[in-house]
Amino acid sequence: MALPSKKIVKEIKVDIEKCTGCRACEMACSAFHATPRYSTINPAKSRIRIVADEIRDEYVPLRAADYTPSECTGRHVYLINGKEYSECSFCGASCPSRDYFVEPDSGLPLKCDMCESVPPLAEPMCVQVCGTDALTYVEREEDREQKVQPKRGQIEVGLEYLVQQYGIDAVAESLNELARVKKA
Amino acid sequence: MRYAETGFNLEIDLSRGSIEKVQTDPRETALYLGGQGMAAKILFERVPAGTDPFSPDNLLIFSTGLLHGTPAPAANRTVVNTFSPQTNLMSHSLFGGFFGPELKYAGYDRIIIRGKAPDLVYLCIHNDKVEIRDAKHLRGKGSTETGDLLKKELKDQKVQVAAIGLAGENRVYMASIEHNHASAARGVGVIMGDKRLKAIAVRGTREVNIAKPAEMFQVCQDIHQKMAASNDCGDWMATDEDDSFHHNHFAWGNARTRIKNYWSDELQERWTRWKYEHMDRQTGCYNCPKKCRNVINWPGKPRFGYKCFGKDTYHMAAFLELDFSYEILGVAQEYGVDSYATPQVIAFALELLEAGILTDKDFPGMPADSRGRFFYLLEKIVRREGIGDILANSVSHAARLIGNGAEAFDHNTTKKFEQLPIKLGKLNPAYFLMIATGEKMSITQIEGSFPQDPLPTPEERKAFVDKWEAVPDEKFKKYFMEWVKRSDISDERTCEIVDWNEAMHYIDDSIGTCGFVSSFRGQFGGGVPYHMNNIPQIIALATGMEMDKARLWKTFQRIRTLVRAVNVKRGLRRKDERPPEDHWAVRDEKYEQELLSKYYAFKGWNEQGIPTRQTLELLDLDYVADELEEDGILSADETGSAAQPVAEPAKI
Ligand code: SF4
Ligand code: SF4
Ligand code: SF4
Repeated sequence: MALPSKKIVKEIKVDIEKCTGCRACEMACSAFHATPRYSTINPAKSRIRIVADEIRDEYVPLRAADYTPSECTGRHVYLINGKEYSECSFCGASCPSRDYFVEPDSGLPLKCDMCESVPPLAEPMCVQVCGTDALTYVEREEDREQKVQPKRGQIEVGLEYLVQQYGIDAVAESLNELARVKKA
Repeated sequence: MRYAETGFNLEIDLSRGSIEKVQTDPRETALYLGGQGMAAKILFERVPAGTDPFSPDNLLIFSTGLLHGTPAPAANRTVVNTFSPQTNLMSHSLFGGFFGPELKYAGYDRIIIRGKAPDLVYLCIHNDKVEIRDAKHLRGKGSTETGDLLKKELKDQKVQVAAIGLAGENRVYMASIEHNHASAARGVGVIMGDKRLKAIAVRGTREVNIAKPAEMFQVCQDIHQKMAASNDCGDWMATDEDDSFHHNHFAWGNARTRIKNYWSDELQERWTRWKYEHMDRQTGCYNCPKKCRNVINWPGKPRFGYKCFGKDTYHMAAFLELDFSYEILGVAQEYGVDSYATPQVIAFALELLEAGILTDKDFPGMPADSRGRFFYLLEKIVRREGIGDILANSVSHAARLIGNGAEAFDHNTTKKFEQLPIKLGKLNPAYFLMIATGEKMSITQIEGSFPQDPLPTPEERKAFVDKWEAVPDEKFKKYFMEWVKRSDISDERTCEIVDWNEAMHYIDDSIGTCGFVSSFRGQFGGGVPYHMNNIPQIIALATGMEMDKARLWKTFQRIRTLVRAVNVKRGLRRKDERPPEDHWAVRDEKYEQELLSKYYAFKGWNEQGIPTRQTLELLDLDYVADELEEDGILSADETGSAAQPVAEPAKI
């Protein structure tokens, strides 16, 4: 099936000067992804985390991206307006070097799904609750690159790794859950 | 399943080194909510009447509010209660930030600490893993420095730390407990230090359950948005650079001197420049869209955050300008001292020097200028060195220790606690009652729902009441419409107004909501997001408990009366309920005492300010009546001399 040549890119713009580190976004993301919806609050399960260091005046809202099995061997240190930020402060990977973006109980990686839901939200939940406008939502059209379909073998290699890491039960459970959500 | 609360207390005995996780009774939540309400119950039941605050039997309780960890915005005030050596009464202390919610996510509603550790320790909580750890390496470390070191030690940036500085370690009565740039004042750091507890580090990754999820989330998001858009909540002093009010009206030095035309445009321009040239940003607290805290980075000094009148106390006590407060506040934060009481203690000492009651010999090596003297005395106090060892016991106790006429300079305390430096002309009846009978020790913790002053025209008053959603009863609109001159209001109305003011604080401090969006803020503008008309619904949605306005009002009365009983058990009586003698220039002892009697009667208390058995029983506090009778504080025949049985919730 030919894919349309344009795609919609959903973007959350982050103005770190405006972020107060209030973590309302963490609260709301965890509520939105609870089952049943809003039934439990647990910022540790949020797909957005505030990398905050009040003492050094660092407040970076960070959105959960992909899982990575190993941490970087080298990191940049960014100097922005006279303050030092580790590259990790801008990296959304759920990574063994820290406990951001992993399910606290199962250890499985968490990933931002842009609050995909039926019916769709007008704006992602974290954006809706951010009272300081540190987070704003934009949709942008972008040319789609011709995507190479992965070969079956590649998927299996990836799965094999996850099975090693977490055991077959945990992986099967999250695959089922993922399938349920995606097909819903 | 428990909703909104976890249903567990963490019980720590520092003498024995024991740690227990104890399930609580949900029926108690229905009666006392959480926060200060539950803490009062625990203190009443578990600390015998004569217990010295420095005894291992004194408890130090860190409580979450009932709504902490739920979607309720600005529910983040951690409450700290204990018995204070300064007042010998129940200490009431709050701090904002992130600690309370984190504790709840770790699975606890409160931490109850008794005993004393043999040497400095810290408490480390990560969900079910709780340890008492050695803290000798943190001795003498600053409060936020300690937080920083613990985050490194525990390899976790997300732990929330509450710590004492040197002042707490040395059992300075004015010692605070600091958490990032938030501070728990009013006499709790001293007990944390006495228990040799340097810090508590907490990290929680557990769930808080919500009884009615979708409705609760929606209601809270509506409030959140209203808060973000409204100027009627949060701390306007964070952005309003015109601070003429405090500087022209409050007293300088040892709460002594008023400088009526102090403020000027030129000054405002200069101070504003100082602020914005050194302010890193404004921040707030957990799950709140407001930005009340200004974070200042003053060259060569520790970074600090301040709120509200906290930026004025040091320079006003020292007769200096804002740059001095900016210079000293970071240092004071690291030592961990109460920024309301401490400057008064220092100014008091300098007055004694001027009066010849203390002499130069008491201040060896002290610089001649005010700036240098304040830094000098701060150092002496937090180290309890020389005269600092006496001053560290607060104005009231220091005055008695110094003697030789020093007592007369202790002119701004009530219940031995330093009050805001307000010296006015004519008695304000509502303020008389609030300062006299308040048990939260600072007027900021008592006032707040009914405006401080009438509006000049009927049109303005009408416009005000028309949008006044916060009133618990329509009668308050009538009172406001008919109120023209500040002190010209009936005693009955005064009692009701004071009662409403108190109610909101007692509720906030039990559910954990911040006064800037609730109890303290309605007096300025009226449009607070939290009030008697929506809090019951929020409690019900979060907890699944039955709650409505009448029930919540009765709960306030129960908690308020219980706090009174806690203090009565420790000796609080009518004679202690006196605002500073010079708070108003013109006083009328007879009228004041009549008003006080009326208020006691209104509250269902006897002539000594002791709740009667009838009142206690109406509030389901029979066990309190029994104990007060057993202790001989209430006599058995005193079934209720109160003029009216106030405890009827139907009044609202
Ligand atoms: S977009 Fe949705 S899923 Fe992603 S971080 Fe924000 S709230 Fe969470
Ligand atoms: S809600 Fe907005 S201001 Fe608050 S922490 Fe998240 S991004 Fe920052
Ligand atoms: S209103 Fe201000 S002080 Fe209160 S919780 Fe919000 S940010 Fe903190």
